[in-house]
Amino acid sequence: MEKYSVIGKSVPKIDSRAKVTGQAKYTGDLKFPNMLIGKILTSPHAHARILNIDTSEAEKLPGVKAVITHKDVPSLKYGISPARWDENIFCIDKVRFVGDKVAAVAALDEETVYKALKLIKVEYEVLPAVFDPIEALAEGAPQIHDEYRRNINTEIHQNFGNVEEAFAKAHLVRTDKFIGQRTYQCPIEPHSAISMWEGGKLTVYCSTQSPHYFQHYIAREFGLPMGDVRVIKTYVGGGFGGKLEPTGLEFAGAVLARITGRPVKMFYDRHDMFAHNRGRHRQIMEITTGVDKDGKILGMHANFIMDGGAYTSLGIASAYYAGAMLTLTYDFENYKFDMIRAYTNLPACGAQRGHGAPQPRYAFECHLDNVATQLGIDPLELRLRNARQPNTVTPNEFKVNSCEMTACLEKAREISDWEKKKGQLPKGKGIGVAVGSFVSGAGYPIYRTDLPHSAAIIKVHPDGSAATLYVGATDIGQGSDTVLCQMAAEAMGYTYENMKIISADTETTPHDFGAYASRQTLMSGAAVKQAGEDVKNQLLEMAGVMMDKNPGNLDCREGVIFSKLEPEKTLPFTAVAREYFVKNGPLVGRGSYTPPKLGGTFKGAPVGTSPAYSFAAQISEVQVDEETGEINVNHVWDVHDCGMVINPALLHAQVHGALYMGMGESIWEEVQFDAKGKILNPNMSDYRMPTALDMPVITSALVESCEPAGPWGVKEVGEGATIPTMGCYANAIYDAMGVRVNSLPLSYEKVWRALKEKREKEKGGGKKKK
Amino acid sequence: MQGVKDKNGVMRYVISLIVNGDYLTVTVKGNTLLVDLLRQQLNLTGTKRGCKLGNCGSCTVLLDGKAVSSCLVLAVEADGREITTIEGVAQSEKLDKLQESFIDNAAIQCGYCTSGMILSAKALLTKNPHPTETEVRTAIAGNLCRCTGYVNIVKAILAAAEA
Repeated sequence: MEKYSVIGKSVPKIDSRAKVTGQAKYTGDLKFPNMLIGKILTSPHAHARILNIDTSEAEKLPGVKAVITHKDVPSLKYGISPARWDENIFCIDKVRFVGDKVAAVAALDEETVYKALKLIKVEYEVLPAVFDPIEALAEGAPQIHDEYRRNINTEIHQNFGNVEEAFAKAHLVRTDKFIGQRTYQCPIEPHSAISMWEGGKLTVYCSTQSPHYFQHYIAREFGLPMGDVRVIKTYVGGGFGGKLEPTGLEFAGAVLARITGRPVKMFYDRHDMFAHNRGRHRQIMEITTGVDKDGKILGMHANFIMDGGAYTSLGIASAYYAGAMLTLTYDFENYKFDMIRAYTNLPACGAQRGHGAPQPRYAFECHLDNVATQLGIDPLELRLRNARQPNTVTPNEFKVNSCEMTACLEKAREISDWEKKKGQLPKGKGIGVAVGSFVSGAGYPIYRTDLPHSAAIIKVHPDGSAATLYVGATDIGQGSDTVLCQMAAEAMGYTYENMKIISADTETTPHDFGAYASRQTLMSGAAVKQAGEDVKNQLLEMAGVMMDKNPGNLDCREGVIFSKLEPEKTLPFTAVAREYFVKNGPLVGRGSYTPPKLGGTFKGAPVGTSPAYSFAAQISEVQVDEETGEINVNHVWDVHDCGMVINPALLHAQVHGALYMGMGESIWEEVQFDAKGKILNPNMSDYRMPTALDMPVITSALVESCEPAGPWGVKEVGEGATIPTMGCYANAIYDAMGVRVNSLPLSYEKVWRALKEKREKEKGGGKKKK
Repeated sequence: MQGVKDKNGVMRYVISLIVNGDYLTVTVKGNTLLVDLLRQQLNLTGTKRGCKLGNCGSCTVLLDGKAVSSCLVLAVEADGREITTIEGVAQSEKLDKLQESFIDNAAIQCGYCTSGMILSAKALLTKNPHPTETEVRTAIAGNLCRCTGYVNIVKAILAAAEA
């Protein structure tokens, strides 16, 4: 008999029928009687004082039901990160980027809303603006927030071990500088929210990654008890970090709904999404590493500057993550991390898949390739020599349990045929490797609280023919509803096909922090496992009475209760569940999960802590056209250590998506601005995402691994797979070109220019020799 | 096409069309987009709106069998024509082989692009029942997906073509 009956199997997604038939309702698909449509008016200037707002013309337009500005909403500052609450629902004194929120309208239909927005007259005094983080940090630069001098949003200085001493001992000390660009999550579904009141109770349907944080911040902003705010997640069309924090649509919609006494649906157009942003930060990254003659890393110094944009968003955490996660993959003792996150007059940046870590990882992996080249060591071999081992502690005090970094590298080398290819590919072709690691859930929540991180309730239906799992965990497409139902069925001894789920509704489902930091399989999964075992224990007690057996000798699997001593003695789950209901009332299981206390005591120590870390190695093979600079990725391999796998099909699908996103970020994607801070490409054609025609052959493979801190040994995969990606493509492109472009994206133009420069240099060099 | 002026002087046109086999007569403005007629007036919200610029393909429907972005089609242009939306792909309870194949091949994540993907694939398979992988990729090149890297979508379409 197989060890598990439900987990470890590629069952179809629980929501797949709803999604292939068009039945699945996303927030924008919902309609309520008497519902109005609303939109937010945003600033056309990057930095300007608001002198006057005249809404009278807009209010007169037939069909307009309400127009609101900062005067109509709470002035309490908010932000997802309690470290810096620096946003207002609407700007009060000044606007800080093109797209800052100024006013909002609710009207009978969309056309009227757009007309009304044009009729709102805002008088601005335009102020000098700054768009570059280094310029923003200079004395005399325009001051964006009065409270933050020199536009320093946050400053980090961490020092572990003794980097200077390590460098002094090193055979080679090398410094490289890289720039990572601004990218945007660009989920295909635009953000929307529908707000409605029943007396003093507010209900918000929305496209969110975390109903809990929305509920928390909406309640705080309006001074409501949490119990009077109900946040319901509908189907969500992708998030990737961009739908984690309040968007302004919920706040504005709630006020418009209050004033009009009608439900109000607010939405972003595609260009509004780009302006609201919260995507990946632009980072300037200088890395210095000291190695011995064999390439063993003795110490590393990361010195970074981040363009945060106009507000904090999740940026404090992003800034810490940028440095914290660099210590995971390689074993070294001395580490120094310096970072400044600067305010600029651009849209605020936040957490995009991999949160702060993919770009520093790109820089580190490219830098290590340079080190390997300089030492004449194979880059994969260099990584193997430094690979972290299980049951170790990083210099910044992260405890790593399971870790198959070495096995990932070895398997990637084997399946990609690395040894036959490295250094032996024809001109224009290249192969590159990079590794990564990521948290399986953050050790601490975004705001300070002692609430459990996840909770679950399972209710068995009276006749036992179904069981409903209630979880706050948030399925945004990654498949948490499916894997959590598999886990529930496994723990109960039940079948996946009979599971139902209600998730992410703050009124009906128990608390959970939501979909971020790759936390749900481990954390929500742990709560679900406990709830399932609770059901099973109660059921076996009942069965013991019915079968006249000791419950300790009974077990349940795939809906059949059996005696472990006499396996032919069985009872169906349904019969026992029904008897339980008749005798005791509802059969309910409960579970919750709180991570152990993790991490050190230094400033910023909680960021990057996790009960478990995933590890991955990626290799890509590319072809560069010397004439045009055009890059074709031919094949990419991912080998993952993600612990026990609950649903292999969904797991590999996460890897596919990560390699796709990473490919876009490596070669094409970049949010660009004009000289006045206006986005040049706020749409899905000029912001160039890969299409089906761009994709290489993808191989996603696994290594055996079991994580003691996760239920059944699970770890994360969703974000971890994006961590090595940009580094792996960049290193392959470097291998193909023989010259390095030190900034992302590795656009055709940059590649073409670098190759031209290289040719000219070689020609020049040749002449000298003559 | 018949038109009436409303009290603000805006023309409204009466159009007749077949949607998923149903003969319908509706009134639209000259600037009403097909996507908004389907979603807002006919409540066929399986057709998604992702960009309103013809970039993403999530609003793809079949117009006389051809895959089109319904945000680039005026409702009045659909007068007298036949439209299939995702709601019309299954035969009552029986799913289309493409829908089955998307489920079996784990080709769905968030699902927001799924309706458009299936309709683009449907148009392809109707015209070309045994496409090559490149033909499949070309047929869905106008449908953006941010979740899957297209890997399982391409696999699902090829498997449906084999079935």
